[in-house]
Amino acid sequence: MPLHRKHLLDLDDFSRDEITQVLDTAESMSEILDRPISRVPTLRGKTIVNIFFEASTRTRVSFELAGKYLSADVINVQASGSSVQKGESLVDTLRTIQALGADMVVMRHSKSGAPYLAVEELECSVINAGDGWHAHPSQALLDLFTVRRKLGDLEGKKLVIVGDIIHSRVARSNIWGFTRMGTRVVLCGPATLLPQGFEKMSDANGLVSIELDADKAIDGADMVMALRIQKERMEGGLLPDLREYSALYGVNRKRLANAKPAVIVMHPGPMNQGVEISPEVAYGPNSIIEEQVASGLAIRMSIFYLLAGGR
Amino acid sequence: MPDNRRDLERRLLDADDVRRALTRIAHEVVERNGGADEVVLVGTHTRGIPLASRIARTIAQIEGREPPLGELDVTMYRDDLDMKMDSPEVTPTSIPVDVAGRDVVLVDDVLYTGRTVRAAMDALNDLGRPNTIQLAVLVDRGHRELPIRADYVGKNLPTARDEEVRVRIREVDGEDSVSLARVGAVEGR
Repeated sequence: MPLHRKHLLDLDDFSRDEITQVLDTAESMSEILDRPISRVPTLRGKTIVNIFFEASTRTRVSFELAGKYLSADVINVQASGSSVQKGESLVDTLRTIQALGADMVVMRHSKSGAPYLAVEELECSVINAGDGWHAHPSQALLDLFTVRRKLGDLEGKKLVIVGDIIHSRVARSNIWGFTRMGTRVVLCGPATLLPQGFEKMSDANGLVSIELDADKAIDGADMVMALRIQKERMEGGLLPDLREYSALYGVNRKRLANAKPAVIVMHPGPMNQGVEISPEVAYGPNSIIEEQVASGLAIRMSIFYLLAGGR
Repeated sequence: MPDNRRDLERRLLDADDVRRALTRIAHEVVERNGGADEVVLVGTHTRGIPLASRIARTIAQIEGREPPLGELDVTMYRDDLDMKMDSPEVTPTSIPVDVAGRDVVLVDDVLYTGRTVRAAMDALNDLGRPNTIQLAVLVDRGHRELPIRADYVGKNLPTARDEEVRVRIREVDGEDSVSLARVGAVEGR
Protein backbone atom coordinates (compact mmCIF):
# COMPACT_ATOMS: atom_id res chain seq x y z
CA MET A 1 0.00 0.00 0.00
CA PRO A 2 1.64 3.26 -1.04
CA LEU A 3 1.88 6.28 1.25
CA HIS A 4 0.04 9.12 -0.47
CA ARG A 5 1.93 11.91 1.19
CA LYS A 6 4.27 14.62 0.12
CA HIS A 7 5.06 16.11 3.52
CA LEU A 8 5.74 14.89 7.04
CA LEU A 9 4.56 17.55 9.49
CA ASP A 10 3.16 15.57 12.44
CA LEU A 11 1.60 12.20 13.18
CA ASP A 12 -1.78 13.67 14.20
CA ASP A 13 -3.37 12.71 10.87
CA PHE A 14 -1.53 9.41 10.33
CA SER A 15 -3.54 6.19 10.30
CA ARG A 16 -2.28 2.99 11.89
CA ASP A 17 -1.69 1.54 8.42
CA GLU A 18 0.41 4.51 7.37
CA ILE A 19 2.57 4.33 10.50
CA THR A 20 2.96 0.58 9.95
CA GLN A 21 4.10 1.18 6.40
CA VAL A 22 6.79 3.66 7.47
CA LEU A 23 8.02 1.15 10.09
CA ASP A 24 7.96 -1.81 7.66
CA THR A 25 9.92 0.17 5.07
CA ALA A 26 12.42 1.08 7.78
CA GLU A 27 12.98 -2.65 8.38
CA SER A 28 14.11 -3.00 4.76
CA MET A 29 16.31 0.05 5.19
CA SER A 30 18.03 -1.46 8.23
CA GLU A 31 19.06 -4.40 6.04
CA ILE A 32 20.85 -1.86 3.82
CA LEU A 33 22.50 -0.37 6.91
CA ASP A 34 23.85 -3.81 7.85
CA ARG A 35 25.74 -4.11 4.55
CA PRO A 36 29.46 -3.41 4.32
CA ILE A 37 28.69 -0.55 1.93
CA SER A 38 25.45 1.09 3.00
CA ARG A 39 24.49 2.93 -0.11
CA VAL A 40 21.72 2.50 -2.65
CA PRO A 41 21.14 4.70 -5.70
CA THR A 42 17.44 5.33 -5.04
CA LEU A 43 17.44 9.13 -4.68
CA ARG A 44 20.29 9.85 -7.10
CA GLY A 45 19.87 13.31 -8.59
CA LYS A 46 17.56 14.50 -5.81
CA THR A 47 18.58 17.37 -3.57
CA ILE A 48 17.72 17.44 0.11
CA VAL A 49 18.25 20.65 2.06
CA ASN A 50 18.55 20.47 5.84
CA ILE A 51 17.70 23.84 7.28
CA PHE A 52 18.07 24.09 11.04
CA PHE A 53 17.09 27.33 12.72
CA GLU A 54 17.76 25.67 16.08
CA ALA A 55 20.69 23.66 17.41
CA SER A 56 20.73 19.92 16.75
CA THR A 57 23.35 17.25 16.42
CA ARG A 58 21.76 13.84 16.23
CA THR A 59 18.68 14.77 14.23
CA ARG A 60 20.60 16.79 11.66
CA VAL A 61 23.37 14.22 11.26
CA SER A 62 20.81 11.44 11.09
CA PHE A 63 18.83 13.13 8.30
CA GLU A 64 22.07 13.98 6.50
CA LEU A 65 23.41 10.42 6.59
CA ALA A 66 20.01 8.95 5.68
CA GLY A 67 19.94 11.13 2.56
CA LYS A 68 23.50 10.20 1.66
CA TYR A 69 22.84 6.46 2.07
CA LEU A 70 20.08 6.89 -0.52
CA SER A 71 22.51 8.77 -2.82
CA ALA A 72 20.73 12.14 -2.61
CA ASP A 73 22.74 15.36 -2.56
CA VAL A 74 22.39 16.74 0.96
CA ILE A 75 23.06 20.36 1.79
CA ASN A 76 23.08 21.71 5.33
CA VAL A 77 22.03 25.26 6.02
CA GLN A 78 22.48 26.60 9.52
CA ALA A 79 20.71 29.72 10.60
CA SER A 80 23.86 31.15 12.12
CA GLY A 81 26.14 32.06 9.24
CA SER A 82 23.30 32.23 6.74
CA SER A 83 21.36 35.19 5.45
CA VAL A 84 18.89 34.60 8.30
CA GLN A 85 21.39 36.34 10.52
CA LYS A 86 21.34 39.30 8.16
CA GLY A 87 17.63 39.65 8.83
CA GLU A 88 16.11 37.71 5.93
CA SER A 89 12.59 36.52 6.68
CA LEU A 90 11.77 32.83 6.96
CA VAL A 91 9.63 32.92 3.83
CA ASP A 92 12.36 34.59 1.76
CA THR A 93 14.94 32.07 2.98
CA LEU A 94 12.62 29.22 2.01
CA ARG A 95 11.98 30.70 -1.43
CA THR A 96 15.71 31.00 -2.01
CA ILE A 97 16.22 27.35 -1.12
CA GLN A 98 13.46 26.35 -3.49
CA ALA A 99 14.96 28.47 -6.29
CA LEU A 100 18.23 26.57 -5.81
CA GLY A 101 16.41 23.36 -6.74
CA ALA A 102 15.64 21.49 -3.51
CA ASP A 103 13.41 18.42 -3.87
CA MET A 104 12.93 18.03 -0.12
CA VAL A 105 13.45 20.39 2.76
CA VAL A 106 14.11 19.11 6.27
CA MET A 107 13.36 21.90 8.68
CA ARG A 108 13.77 22.62 12.36
CA HIS A 109 12.48 25.86 13.82
CA SER A 110 11.92 27.23 17.32
CA LYS A 111 8.45 28.47 16.40
CA SER A 112 5.58 25.97 16.48
CA GLY A 113 3.96 25.76 13.07
CA ALA A 114 6.89 27.07 11.01
CA PRO A 115 6.94 23.99 8.70
CA TYR A 116 3.23 24.51 7.99
CA LEU A 117 4.11 27.97 6.68
CA ALA A 118 6.89 26.36 4.61
CA VAL A 119 4.37 24.01 2.97
CA GLU A 120 2.32 27.01 1.85
CA GLU A 121 5.35 28.64 0.25
CA LEU A 122 7.20 25.67 -1.27
CA GLU A 123 6.50 23.24 -4.10
CA CYS A 124 8.86 20.60 -2.69
CA SER A 125 8.38 18.09 0.14
CA VAL A 126 8.72 19.45 3.67
CA ILE A 127 9.82 17.29 6.59
CA ASN A 128 9.37 18.66 10.08
CA ALA A 129 12.51 17.95 12.12
CA GLY A 130 11.02 19.67 15.18
CA ASP A 131 8.98 22.86 15.49
CA GLY A 132 8.83 24.66 18.82
CA TRP A 133 6.79 22.74 21.38
CA HIS A 134 4.60 21.28 18.69
CA ALA A 135 5.83 18.19 16.85
CA HIS A 136 8.84 15.99 16.09
CA PRO A 137 7.36 13.22 13.96
CA SER A 138 10.58 11.49 12.85
CA GLN A 139 11.55 11.07 16.52
CA ALA A 140 8.17 9.52 17.34
CA LEU A 141 8.43 7.17 14.34
CA LEU A 142 11.89 6.01 15.37
CA ASP A 143 10.66 5.46 18.93
CA LEU A 144 7.79 3.37 17.58
CA PHE A 145 10.18 1.45 15.32
CA THR A 146 12.63 0.69 18.13
CA VAL A 147 10.01 -0.54 20.59
CA ARG A 148 8.09 -2.51 17.97
CA ARG A 149 11.26 -4.50 17.36
CA LYS A 150 11.32 -5.40 21.06
CA LEU A 151 7.63 -5.79 21.87
CA GLY A 152 5.97 -6.62 18.57
CA ASP A 153 2.35 -5.46 18.62
CA LEU A 154 1.96 -2.24 20.63
CA GLU A 155 -1.80 -2.62 21.14
CA GLY A 156 -2.72 -2.60 24.83
CA LYS A 157 0.82 -1.86 26.00
CA LYS A 158 1.53 0.90 28.51
CA LEU A 159 3.91 3.80 27.84
CA VAL A 160 4.83 6.30 30.55
CA ILE A 161 6.32 9.62 29.47
CA VAL A 162 8.01 11.32 32.42
CA GLY A 163 9.17 14.91 32.59
CA ASP A 164 8.58 18.25 30.99
CA ILE A 165 5.57 17.29 28.87
CA ILE A 166 4.31 20.81 28.28
CA HIS A 167 7.40 22.01 26.42
CA SER A 168 8.02 18.71 24.61
CA ARG A 169 7.37 18.24 20.90
CA VAL A 170 8.70 14.69 21.32
CA ALA A 171 5.93 13.94 23.82
CA ARG A 172 3.22 15.40 21.59
CA SER A 173 4.19 13.45 18.48
CA ASN A 174 4.64 10.28 20.51
CA ILE A 175 1.17 10.67 22.02
CA TRP A 176 -0.31 10.73 18.51
CA GLY A 177 1.85 7.87 17.27
CA PHE A 178 1.47 5.49 20.20
CA THR A 179 -2.26 6.04 20.74
CA ARG A 180 -2.82 5.38 17.04
CA MET A 181 -1.15 2.00 17.54
CA GLY A 182 -3.47 1.28 20.48
CA THR A 183 -0.94 1.94 23.27
CA ARG A 184 -2.05 3.49 26.57
CA VAL A 185 -0.01 6.62 27.30
CA VAL A 186 0.45 7.94 30.83
CA LEU A 187 1.89 11.45 31.14
CA CYS A 188 3.78 12.08 34.36
CA GLY A 189 5.59 15.09 35.81
CA PRO A 190 5.25 18.08 38.15
CA ALA A 191 1.92 19.85 37.72
CA THR A 192 3.68 22.94 36.37
CA LEU A 193 5.07 20.91 33.45
CA LEU A 194 1.94 18.91 32.65
CA PRO A 195 -0.53 20.28 30.13
CA GLN A 196 -4.05 20.31 31.50
CA GLY A 197 -6.59 18.68 29.24
CA PHE A 198 -4.24 16.33 27.37
CA GLU A 199 -6.21 13.38 28.72
CA LYS A 200 -9.15 14.74 26.74
CA MET A 201 -7.19 14.93 23.49
CA SER A 202 -9.55 14.18 20.68
CA ASP A 203 -8.61 11.25 18.41
CA ALA A 204 -6.56 9.69 21.18
CA ASN A 205 -9.47 7.29 21.92
CA GLY A 206 -9.30 7.91 25.66
CA LEU A 207 -5.90 6.23 25.79
CA VAL A 208 -4.13 9.20 27.42
CA SER A 209 -4.11 9.77 31.18
CA ILE A 210 -2.22 12.01 33.59
CA GLU A 211 -0.54 10.90 36.82
CA LEU A 212 1.45 13.21 39.11
CA ASP A 213 3.03 10.42 41.16
CA ALA A 214 5.90 8.80 39.26
CA ASP A 215 5.83 5.54 41.21
CA LYS A 216 2.13 5.09 40.50
CA ALA A 217 2.60 6.05 36.85
CA ILE A 218 5.41 3.54 36.25
CA ASP A 219 3.52 0.69 37.94
CA GLY A 220 3.17 -2.12 35.36
CA ALA A 221 4.66 -0.07 32.51
CA ASP A 222 5.97 -1.76 29.35
CA MET A 223 7.87 1.36 28.27
CA VAL A 224 9.20 4.39 30.12
CA MET A 225 10.35 7.47 28.26
CA ALA A 226 12.31 10.10 30.19
CA LEU A 227 12.34 13.60 28.72
CA ARG A 228 15.12 16.12 28.98
CA ILE A 229 14.75 18.72 31.74
CA GLN A 230 15.96 22.08 30.55
CA LYS A 231 17.66 24.17 33.20
CA GLU A 232 15.99 27.35 31.98
CA ARG A 233 12.67 25.93 33.23
CA MET A 234 14.02 26.46 36.73
CA GLU A 235 14.80 30.07 36.03
CA GLY A 236 11.23 30.50 34.82
CA GLY A 237 10.01 29.27 38.22
CA LEU A 238 8.39 26.08 36.89
CA LEU A 239 10.80 23.84 38.79
CA PRO A 240 12.07 24.60 42.28
CA ASP A 241 15.21 22.51 42.24
CA LEU A 242 16.86 19.86 40.05
CA ARG A 243 17.66 17.64 43.01
CA GLU A 244 14.07 17.64 44.11
CA TYR A 245 12.97 16.89 40.55
CA SER A 246 15.39 14.00 40.38
CA ALA A 247 14.14 12.58 43.68
CA LEU A 248 10.47 12.79 42.64
CA TYR A 249 10.60 12.10 38.89
CA GLY A 250 14.06 10.78 37.99
CA VAL A 251 13.95 7.40 36.23
CA ASN A 252 16.20 5.24 38.39
CA ARG A 253 16.54 1.57 39.20
CA LYS A 254 14.42 1.71 42.34
CA ARG A 255 11.54 3.38 40.54
CA LEU A 256 11.76 0.99 37.58
CA ALA A 257 11.26 -1.96 39.92
CA ASN A 258 7.52 -1.16 39.76
CA ALA A 259 7.45 -1.59 35.99
CA LYS A 260 7.29 -4.89 34.09
CA PRO A 261 10.59 -6.82 34.39
CA ALA A 262 11.33 -6.40 30.67
CA VAL A 263 10.44 -2.68 30.69
CA ILE A 264 12.00 -0.66 27.89
CA VAL A 265 13.64 2.66 28.78
CA MET A 266 13.87 5.43 26.19
CA HIS A 267 15.23 8.95 26.07
CA PRO A 268 15.19 11.19 23.01
CA GLY A 269 18.50 12.78 24.01
CA PRO A 270 20.53 14.69 24.87
CA MET A 271 20.42 13.34 28.45
CA ASN A 272 21.04 15.10 31.75
CA GLN A 273 22.32 12.07 33.57
CA GLY A 274 21.54 12.11 37.25
CA VAL A 275 18.58 14.44 36.69
CA GLU A 276 15.79 12.89 34.62
CA ILE A 277 17.54 9.53 34.25
CA SER A 278 20.21 7.80 36.31
CA PRO A 279 23.34 6.56 34.50
CA GLU A 280 22.78 2.97 35.69
CA VAL A 281 19.40 2.99 33.93
CA ALA A 282 20.59 4.92 30.86
CA TYR A 283 23.30 2.32 30.21
CA GLY A 284 21.53 -0.62 31.83
CA PRO A 285 20.04 -3.73 30.22
CA ASN A 286 16.57 -2.20 29.79
CA SER A 287 17.82 0.88 27.95
CA ILE A 288 17.37 1.15 24.19
CA ILE A 289 18.75 4.69 24.02
CA GLU A 290 21.65 3.74 21.74
CA GLU A 291 19.36 1.68 19.51
CA GLN A 292 17.09 4.73 19.21
CA VAL A 293 19.94 6.61 17.55
CA ALA A 294 20.63 3.74 15.13
CA SER A 295 16.92 3.34 14.35
CA GLY A 296 16.79 7.02 13.48
CA LEU A 297 18.79 6.36 10.33
CA ALA A 298 16.52 3.59 9.07
CA ILE A 299 13.38 5.60 9.84
CA ARG A 300 14.66 8.71 8.08
CA MET A 301 15.68 6.68 5.02
CA SER A 302 12.16 5.25 5.03
CA ILE A 303 10.64 8.75 5.28
CA PHE A 304 12.75 10.10 2.39
CA TYR A 305 11.96 7.08 0.24
CA LEU A 306 8.22 7.14 0.83
CA LEU A 307 7.85 10.91 0.42
CA ALA A 308 9.92 10.93 -2.78
CA GLY A 309 7.01 9.20 -4.49
CA GLY A 310 4.33 11.30 -2.77
CA ARG A 311 2.09 13.83 -4.44
CA MET B 1 -13.48 -9.38 -12.73
CA PRO B 2 -10.70 -12.00 -12.79
CA ASP B 3 -12.99 -14.36 -14.72
CA ASN B 4 -13.68 -11.75 -17.38
CA ARG B 5 -9.99 -11.11 -17.70
CA ARG B 6 -9.32 -14.80 -18.07
CA ASP B 7 -11.81 -15.05 -20.94
CA LEU B 8 -9.61 -12.84 -23.08
CA GLU B 9 -6.50 -14.89 -22.36
CA ARG B 10 -4.72 -17.45 -24.48
CA ARG B 11 -3.12 -20.09 -22.26
CA LEU B 12 0.35 -21.00 -23.50
CA LEU B 13 1.85 -23.08 -20.69
CA ASP B 14 0.07 -25.26 -18.16
CA ALA B 15 1.37 -26.66 -14.87
CA ASP B 16 3.17 -29.58 -16.55
CA ASP B 17 4.87 -27.26 -19.05
CA VAL B 18 6.06 -25.01 -16.21
CA ARG B 19 7.39 -28.01 -14.29
CA ARG B 20 9.28 -29.35 -17.33
CA ALA B 21 10.73 -25.93 -18.12
CA LEU B 22 12.02 -25.49 -14.55
CA THR B 23 13.46 -29.01 -14.51
CA ARG B 24 15.30 -28.33 -17.75
CA ILE B 25 16.64 -25.02 -16.40
CA ALA B 26 17.91 -26.81 -13.27
CA HIS B 27 19.81 -29.31 -15.44
CA GLU B 28 21.24 -26.53 -17.59
CA VAL B 29 22.44 -24.62 -14.51
CA VAL B 30 24.27 -27.71 -13.25
CA GLU B 31 25.75 -28.42 -16.68
CA ARG B 32 26.88 -24.85 -17.34
CA ASN B 33 28.54 -24.50 -13.94
CA GLY B 34 30.08 -28.00 -13.79
CA GLY B 35 28.02 -28.88 -10.71
CA ALA B 36 26.35 -26.55 -8.26
CA ASP B 37 28.95 -26.09 -5.50
CA GLU B 38 29.42 -22.38 -6.14
CA VAL B 39 25.90 -21.68 -7.37
CA VAL B 40 23.62 -19.32 -5.44
CA LEU B 41 20.03 -18.95 -6.62
CA VAL B 42 18.52 -15.51 -6.12
CA GLY B 43 14.86 -14.86 -6.85
CA THR B 44 13.49 -11.40 -7.48
CA HIS B 45 10.24 -10.35 -5.83
CA THR B 46 7.55 -11.59 -6.15
CA ARG B 47 7.32 -14.61 -8.43
CA GLY B 48 11.05 -15.10 -8.92
CA ILE B 49 11.32 -16.34 -5.33
CA PRO B 50 9.14 -19.48 -5.57
CA LEU B 51 10.64 -20.22 -9.01
CA ALA B 52 14.17 -20.03 -7.59
CA SER B 53 13.12 -22.26 -4.73
CA ARG B 54 11.80 -24.93 -7.10
CA ILE B 55 14.93 -24.83 -9.25
CA ALA B 56 17.01 -25.21 -6.06
CA ARG B 57 15.01 -28.30 -5.04
CA THR B 58 15.48 -29.89 -8.47
CA ILE B 59 19.22 -29.18 -8.33
CA ALA B 60 19.26 -30.89 -4.91
CA GLN B 61 17.75 -34.00 -6.53
CA ILE B 62 20.43 -33.96 -9.23
CA GLU B 63 23.47 -33.05 -7.14
CA GLY B 64 22.44 -34.29 -3.70
CA ARG B 65 22.84 -30.84 -2.13
CA GLU B 66 20.59 -27.82 -2.33
CA PRO B 67 22.31 -24.59 -3.37
CA PRO B 68 21.82 -21.48 -1.17
CA LEU B 69 18.65 -19.56 -1.94
CA GLY B 70 18.19 -15.83 -1.56
CA GLU B 71 15.69 -13.13 -2.35
CA LEU B 72 16.38 -9.75 -3.83
CA ASP B 73 14.33 -6.58 -3.81
CA VAL B 74 15.28 -4.25 -6.64
CA THR B 75 12.87 -1.42 -5.80
CA MET B 76 15.64 0.79 -4.44
CA TYR B 77 17.58 0.37 -7.70
CA ARG B 78 14.82 1.18 -10.16
CA ASP B 79 15.34 4.06 -12.58
CA ASP B 80 11.69 5.14 -12.64
CA LEU B 81 11.17 6.41 -9.08
CA ASP B 82 10.12 10.00 -9.48
CA MET B 83 8.02 12.67 -7.90
CA LYS B 84 4.89 11.78 -9.82
CA MET B 85 4.50 8.18 -8.73
CA ASP B 86 3.86 6.60 -5.34
CA SER B 87 6.97 4.89 -4.04
CA PRO B 88 6.55 1.15 -4.54
CA GLU B 89 6.63 -1.12 -1.51
CA VAL B 90 10.11 -2.19 -0.45
CA THR B 91 10.51 -5.82 0.56
CA PRO B 92 13.54 -7.24 2.34
CA THR B 93 16.63 -8.46 0.56
CA SER B 94 18.12 -11.55 2.16
CA ILE B 95 20.85 -13.73 0.72
CA PRO B 96 22.19 -16.26 3.24
CA VAL B 97 25.75 -16.38 1.87
CA ASP B 98 28.35 -13.89 0.70
CA VAL B 99 27.90 -13.60 -3.07
CA ALA B 100 31.56 -12.67 -3.62
CA GLY B 101 33.21 -15.27 -5.85
CA ARG B 102 29.98 -17.26 -6.30
CA ASP B 103 28.01 -18.00 -9.46
CA VAL B 104 24.77 -16.18 -8.91
CA VAL B 105 21.74 -17.27 -10.92
CA LEU B 106 19.08 -14.55 -10.89
CA VAL B 107 15.60 -16.00 -11.30
CA ASP B 108 12.62 -13.98 -12.54
CA ASP B 109 9.29 -14.85 -14.11
CA VAL B 110 9.30 -12.64 -17.21
CA LEU B 111 12.14 -10.98 -19.12
CA TYR B 112 10.79 -7.93 -20.95
CA THR B 113 12.55 -4.54 -21.15
CA GLY B 114 15.53 -5.77 -19.12
CA ARG B 115 15.27 -2.87 -16.68
CA THR B 116 14.46 -5.05 -13.68
CA VAL B 117 17.48 -7.24 -14.48
CA ARG B 118 19.67 -4.15 -14.79
CA ALA B 119 18.45 -3.04 -11.34
CA ALA B 120 19.02 -6.55 -9.94
CA MET B 121 22.61 -6.60 -11.23
CA ASP B 122 23.29 -3.25 -9.60
CA ALA B 123 21.77 -4.50 -6.35
CA LEU B 124 23.90 -7.68 -6.44
CA ASN B 125 27.08 -5.75 -7.12
CA ASP B 126 26.46 -3.68 -4.01
CA LEU B 127 26.39 -6.89 -1.96
CA GLY B 128 29.71 -8.19 -3.27
CA ARG B 129 31.50 -9.18 -6.46
CA PRO B 130 30.07 -12.44 -7.79
CA ASN B 131 32.23 -14.60 -10.05
CA THR B 132 29.39 -14.64 -12.59
CA ILE B 133 25.83 -13.41 -12.72
CA GLN B 134 23.53 -15.58 -14.82
CA LEU B 135 19.89 -15.05 -15.63
CA ALA B 136 17.10 -17.62 -15.64
CA VAL B 137 13.57 -16.65 -16.68
CA LEU B 138 10.40 -18.63 -17.15
CA VAL B 139 9.33 -16.49 -20.12
CA ASP B 140 11.30 -14.24 -22.48
CA ARG B 141 8.79 -12.02 -24.23
CA GLY B 142 11.25 -9.80 -26.16
CA HIS B 143 11.18 -5.98 -26.54
CA ARG B 144 14.45 -5.36 -24.73
CA GLU B 145 15.42 -1.76 -24.00
CA LEU B 146 18.88 -2.70 -22.71
CA PRO B 147 21.63 -5.04 -23.98
CA ILE B 148 20.59 -7.93 -21.72
CA ARG B 149 19.84 -11.58 -22.52
CA ALA B 150 18.88 -14.61 -20.45
CA ASP B 151 21.18 -17.61 -19.96
CA TYR B 152 18.29 -19.97 -19.25
CA VAL B 153 14.83 -19.54 -20.79
CA GLY B 154 11.77 -21.62 -20.01
CA LYS B 155 9.85 -20.43 -23.06
CA ASN B 156 10.52 -17.82 -25.74
CA LEU B 157 7.27 -16.00 -26.37
CA PRO B 158 6.97 -13.61 -29.29
CA THR B 159 4.59 -10.86 -28.12
CA ALA B 160 3.30 -7.48 -29.16
CA ARG B 161 3.83 -4.55 -26.82
CA ASP B 162 0.11 -4.19 -26.23
CA GLU B 163 -0.13 -7.78 -25.05
CA GLU B 164 0.29 -8.76 -21.43
CA VAL B 165 2.06 -11.91 -20.28
CA ARG B 166 0.32 -13.28 -17.18
CA VAL B 167 2.43 -15.69 -15.17
CA ARG B 168 0.68 -17.49 -12.34
CA ILE B 169 2.72 -19.38 -9.80
CA ARG B 170 1.12 -21.78 -7.33
CA GLU B 171 2.76 -20.27 -4.22
CA VAL B 172 1.49 -16.79 -5.13
CA ASP B 173 -1.53 -17.25 -7.39
CA GLY B 174 -2.77 -20.75 -6.58
CA GLU B 175 -1.91 -22.33 -9.95
CA ASP B 176 0.95 -22.68 -12.43
CA SER B 177 0.30 -21.21 -15.86
CA VAL B 178 1.45 -18.71 -18.45
CA SER B 179 -1.08 -16.85 -20.58
CA LEU B 180 -1.10 -14.07 -23.09
CA ALA B 181 -3.78 -11.38 -23.08
CA ARG B 182 -4.45 -8.35 -25.22
CA VAL B 183 -4.91 -5.32 -22.99
CA GLY B 184 -5.19 -2.49 -25.49
CA ALA B 185 -3.16 0.56 -24.59
CA VAL B 186 -2.17 -0.68 -21.13
CA GLU B 187 1.56 -1.22 -20.89
CA GLY B 188 2.61 -4.35 -18.99
CA ARG B 189 5.97 -4.53 -17.34
